[in-house]
Amino acid sequence: MKLTQISVFLENRKGRLCDVGSLLGNHGINIRALTIAESPEFGILRMVVDKPKDAVDILKRKGFIAKLTDIVAVEVDDRPGGLAQVLQVLYDNSINVEYMYGFVEKFSDRALLVFRFDSPDKAIAVLKKNKINIVGTKALEKI
Amino acid sequence: MEITYWNKKIETIDRDALRKVQLEKLKKTIDSALKTRFYKSRLKKAGIRSGKDIKSLSDLEGIPFTTKDDLRECYTDGLLSVKLDDVIRLHTSSGTTGIPTVIYHTRHDLDKWTELVARSIIATGAGKKDIFQNMMTYGLFTGGLGLHYGAEKVGMTVIPVGGGNTKRQMQLMKDFKTTVVHITPSYMLHIYSKLEEYGFSLSDFNLKKAYMGAEPYSENTRRKIEKLFNIEAYNSYGLSEMNGPGVAFECVYKTGMHAWEDAYILEIVEPKSGKALEEEKEGEIVFTTLDRKATPLLRYRTRDLAFVYKGLCKCKRTHRRLSRITGRTDDMLIVNGVNVFPSQIEEVIMRIPEVGNNYQVHLEKEGALDKLTVKVEIYSKMFKGDLKELDVLKEKIKTELKASIIINPVMELHEPGSLPVFEGKAKRVVDLRTKI
Repeated sequence: MKLTQISVFLENRKGRLCDVGSLLGNHGINIRALTIAESPEFGILRMVVDKPKDAVDILKRKGFIAKLTDIVAVEVDDRPGGLAQVLQVLYDNSINVEYMYGFVEKFSDRALLVFRFDSPDKAIAVLKKNKINIVGTKALEKI
Repeated sequence: MEITYWNKKIETIDRDALRKVQLEKLKKTIDSALKTRFYKSRLKKAGIRSGKDIKSLSDLEGIPFTTKDDLRECYTDGLLSVKLDDVIRLHTSSGTTGIPTVIYHTRHDLDKWTELVARSIIATGAGKKDIFQNMMTYGLFTGGLGLHYGAEKVGMTVIPVGGGNTKRQMQLMKDFKTTVVHITPSYMLHIYSKLEEYGFSLSDFNLKKAYMGAEPYSENTRRKIEKLFNIEAYNSYGLSEMNGPGVAFECVYKTGMHAWEDAYILEIVEPKSGKALEEEKEGEIVFTTLDRKATPLLRYRTRDLAFVYKGLCKCKRTHRRLSRITGRTDDMLIVNGVNVFPSQIEEVIMRIPEVGNNYQVHLEKEGALDKLTVKVEIYSKMFKGDLKELDVLKEKIKTELKASIIINPVMELHEPGSLPVFEGKAKRVVDLRTKI
């Protein structure tokens, strides 16, 4: 039930983010979710895309430093308290979140949360036990 | 102008007598040098088996030069000529490729060094009534301890504060009415620029003199500093291989630095051919120690460029005067008074598996001080997708660089292929500093 995320090392240089966007766009790769972690002179662009392996190959061929990482995507109700409910479950079970980001699905009342855990398998078990819907690769393609 | 001397007899000795002193001391120095592993074989090849083989000072020309590389190869004891028992201190300095060099001192050696510094201080007109704030770094770097012992010998009130912490420096200058400071010119300018910010004004101080060295600066910078602080600033020259500060120092006339020639034989040579140059011709400074028992050095090539002034100084000292250092014969950088070789930076970077082979060193001015930025490319296989991990990597490189080059660099991580590729090593350094 783990999903694959792409992390790209980016210098804080004009047009660098745009380069990634157009490169993936030209190759018909669709970005489902993204976030940027930044420090003063560089950043890490994290993306969930429909074809992660293809995307990494394309990026690497163009000289980008890109890496695949396992993440867990969780579906919650798109309403106040939706996020807190999931976080409470994780907290109660001592699951550590390294980082997370979220986005809202089109044409639905669900929101998608992307988590990076230090122990993803344990996290998945806990989430399942608490009946929290984990999104798999196939479900993601349908979004 | 009133001229004061620490040791008038030797400071104003006539040149012929000085040459006799040099010859006698050179013979003894050759005898000590022959006790070291390094010179034993080198002098043998030059046909010198004893100090007695030296008949005149011109025989010095038959002795090959000693270089920084020789010192590195001799690390740790290849140039030690006494029993370690008789050594009371040692100073190491960073080598060009991570291997340091070492200079040992016996009690005699330190006493002689201290005497040279005392002479230098008195030559500037300072004395035991002065309050001396030593802003040079203490420790293995010779700038701090060298002046410290000389100032104590003279009887000055010494404040051994060391480098950095500008606000505390100002507070001490105010509280103890410091009259003399030992400082790098860039730090002197930095202090001036921070006065208002830290709530001080020049009227809080009683500063009269500054001894400025450890980095090259122009006559204009000296005048600027003298005007800004309303003080007299004196140029100081030294290098750890020749003890440290106190090798050559300006007197009250401030026209060149008197090199203490009873302690060192001074030669200026053409860097490529090694041929001796006459007065007023710029070349590489070469020194032979005459008063050092533990680590005698013969014809040591300093890599510093300068010339010797013609004629006698108005102060009557007969020891010849060296010009300001006008440059280097190698790629050594001087960053806030600290000597850094690009090869030291390279050596550290090559040790770190996470970064690629391409790097660049940027030097620029941030206010009056130098800022050193090291840019490296990260190696794609080592990227795990974590920001934290990159910060850890940055800190790791910074710590290792700090350990090697003493100063704290600014680190920048870049994408592979984003730094320009250079063929020559020297081009890896981009020095954007305006000369002061």
